[in-house]
Amino acid sequence: MKTSKKEYDKMVKQASPKSPKAKDFIWAFVVGGFICVIGQLLSEYYTSLEMPKEDSAAAVSTTLIFIAAILTGIGVFDGIAKFAGAGTLVPITGFANSIVSPAIEYKNEGQILGLGAKMFTIAGPVLVYGITASAIYGLILWIISII
Amino acid sequence: MPEKVGSQTIVFQNDVCISSYAAVVGAKEGEGPLGNGFDKVYNDELVGEDSFEKAESRLQTTAVQTAIKKSGMTEDQIDYMFAGDLLNQCIGSAYGLKDFAIPFLGLYGACSTMALSLALASLFVESGVAKHTIAVTSSHFCSAERQFRFPLEYGGQRTPTAQWTVTGSGAAVVSCGKNGPRINAITFGKINDLGVKDINNMGAAMSPAAAETIKAFLDDTNTSPKDYDLILTGDLGKVGSDLLHELLLKDNISIAENHNDCGLMIFDLEGQDVHAGGSGCGCSASVLCSKILNEFKSGKYKNILFCATGALMSPTSTMQGQSIPSIAHLVNIVK
Repeated sequence: MKTSKKEYDKMVKQASPKSPKAKDFIWAFVVGGFICVIGQLLSEYYTSLEMPKEDSAAAVSTTLIFIAAILTGIGVFDGIAKFAGAGTLVPITGFANSIVSPAIEYKNEGQILGLGAKMFTIAGPVLVYGITASAIYGLILWIISII
Repeated sequence: MPEKVGSQTIVFQNDVCISSYAAVVGAKEGEGPLGNGFDKVYNDELVGEDSFEKAESRLQTTAVQTAIKKSGMTEDQIDYMFAGDLLNQCIGSAYGLKDFAIPFLGLYGACSTMALSLALASLFVESGVAKHTIAVTSSHFCSAERQFRFPLEYGGQRTPTAQWTVTGSGAAVVSCGKNGPRINAITFGKINDLGVKDINNMGAAMSPAAAETIKAFLDDTNTSPKDYDLILTGDLGKVGSDLLHELLLKDNISIAENHNDCGLMIFDLEGQDVHAGGSGCGCSASVLCSKILNEFKSGKYKNILFCATGALMSPTSTMQGQSIPSIAHLVNIVK
């Protein structure tokens, strides 16, 4: 082969179409914003039921997770996410989808080693590093507070 | 006896032909531009089974049954069976073909497996150790996605260079005699790696292998692209096809006029939202065993090169950051 790896890398970059970033950004902004609006409306509603603020925040998250899980289960979520990208991935809806989708996918391999073990294949790293990060921040905060 | 010509090519001396063939596909492929040419289209993505792996096996079973039935022969007349697929340990083939009482040779060449199995199946007939052999491969969008990528319902975005794994299987019965398009020569390719790491750009990873095998065949046989009605690659898709033309032009070989790619033929790229085109063992197998071989009957094609390409990585090598080695095998089919 006359072509070196470096030359080929250049050729590949030229031949490969790029993701339509502007379009992706706009969709992510619109859908992500819409999910936040729903969250805000839910928050207003739960507060209007005289729910304490902290409880209503938890209730909003739970409701959004429930809706995302249902949409994943009936096969609608991935269609929305195809356009929305980070707009559905970053809010808690993305987290729900990342747990429900492997749960559906791997149930064929059994309840224990399939569904049970594979459920966190995507969300697992988020939990591991999320919890680790929060522990480290907590530690830093504690050290600052005693200084 | 087969004769080795040049560095990699084997030219046949006897009459070895594809006496029968069949292709079965899923719904999306059935709705594509080649939809009418397939022997069977399954609208149920599970093909009546309870898992996608079993569904893929069922595709192979049906393709082989149909090809044998169309040949007018019975199972016991087939001497050897060459098969492969993309699933770990090739379970698509093993489970799909376990009920046939035919000696089985399992192969792994990733998406190049149809050319690999067809080449070996015809070599067995050419050498005289077999009268009839069969070559079959398959892929299934859902079983490939869950093994190589993400769960189906996961809300991710595909890049423009990503390809869509074809749900389908193709089987070809190879026999001695002149009862169909003949296999004239075969070229087994070398493993090639130009450092592409993006598993969402398989066409780019595989086109150097296709370029090298096509060039080797043309050099070995002293022929030029003009001598062929069609140079057909397996699943390079849009990006890979463009790169293939560019790579070969560096060696002053121009194939743009008579090149096509199974991954570009099987889907309507825009209308069916498959980004860079189709892919998978089932892509080249189902296109070859329908549209292409049908066109030999109609007289459109008299001399073609069928060159299927495969990416030889695994999810493990990808996670460990290794680049994607690729391979291409070629079969010269003549009227």
